[in-house]
Amino acid sequence: MSLVDQLPLDAIDKSIINAYQDGFPLVSQPYKSIADELSITEDEVIWRLKKLKKNKILSRIGAIITPNTIGVSTLCAVAVPAERLEEIAGTINSYNEVNHNYQRSHRFNLWFVLTAKNEDHLKKILALISQEIGMQIMNLPLQTAYYLNLGFNIE
Amino acid sequence: MNKQEQKILFELQKGLPLDKHPYLRVAEKVGCSETDILRFIKNKQDEKIFSRFGLIVMHRNLGYQHNAMVVWNIPDARVDVIANKMAEIKCINLCYRRPRVLPDWPYNLFCMIHAKSRKYVHDTLTNIKTELDISHYPCAVLFSEKAFKQTGAKYVSN
Repeated sequence: MSLVDQLPLDAIDKSIINAYQDGFPLVSQPYKSIADELSITEDEVIWRLKKLKKNKILSRIGAIITPNTIGVSTLCAVAVPAERLEEIAGTINSYNEVNHNYQRSHRFNLWFVLTAKNEDHLKKILALISQEIGMQIMNLPLQTAYYLNLGFNIE
Repeated sequence: MNKQEQKILFELQKGLPLDKHPYLRVAEKVGCSETDILRFIKNKQDEKIFSRFGLIVMHRNLGYQHNAMVVWNIPDARVDVIANKMAEIKCINLCYRRPRVLPDWPYNLFCMIHAKSRKYVHDTLTNIKTELDISHYPCAVLFSEKAFKQTGAKYVSN
């Protein structure tokens, strides 16, 4: 059961989520602009966003950066023995350059994304992690992006 | 990016404050004007460096708990054509080409399907294979199990 089923998200929460994953108002008072659109108050918009944040529905309000425009990133995979998965995932997580780290259903069962300011730094971190966990890391940098995530719709 | 732009990006990575004048709060931290912040974001959008600017949601907590990374081994000569068609299909969230690493990893095309049930993922996959006529190419489905970390990328550090 997901949090959405447990937490009451009403029609206004859903409108905010669906309408503002892109095109967030670039004006001095963006929450006022959203409020006017929804015929509620600015305070209510801020209160709702704080609630969504507290409930871990909202991660943050910010930018999704097109891959390899500012800095560089890569997708990495490791085949980890099941009994060492938690430990190795923890080691990998301790690097600030790691922003996603997922267990997946495959022989390569741990997948993480590394992001750094340049190629040199990325390679250095990759080597450090590989050395620390004592395993080979499969490095799969992006070659072409055919489609980028434009957000999620909630009904 | 110049020093000021890097500082702005560094502050924006933390998330826009939930305050009546959020851009002004960011500007105060950077030591520039609110207009500088707004112009920065607008420019990055125009240059397609920001693919979007707005609410970033935790999709797992929004009910999209069945997330599959589907990988394919498509001949290099056909991969662009097929990937562009794949990207048009509803429910495909990401579609990327990556290198093969032989012999361990024969797959060169990656897409993500975020769904509310496993059945939906499998149905979507069946549709894709039929529509694009790619059933004969090797394919693997990697469901995400545990999320050990899910945060925003930190491109700029202090």
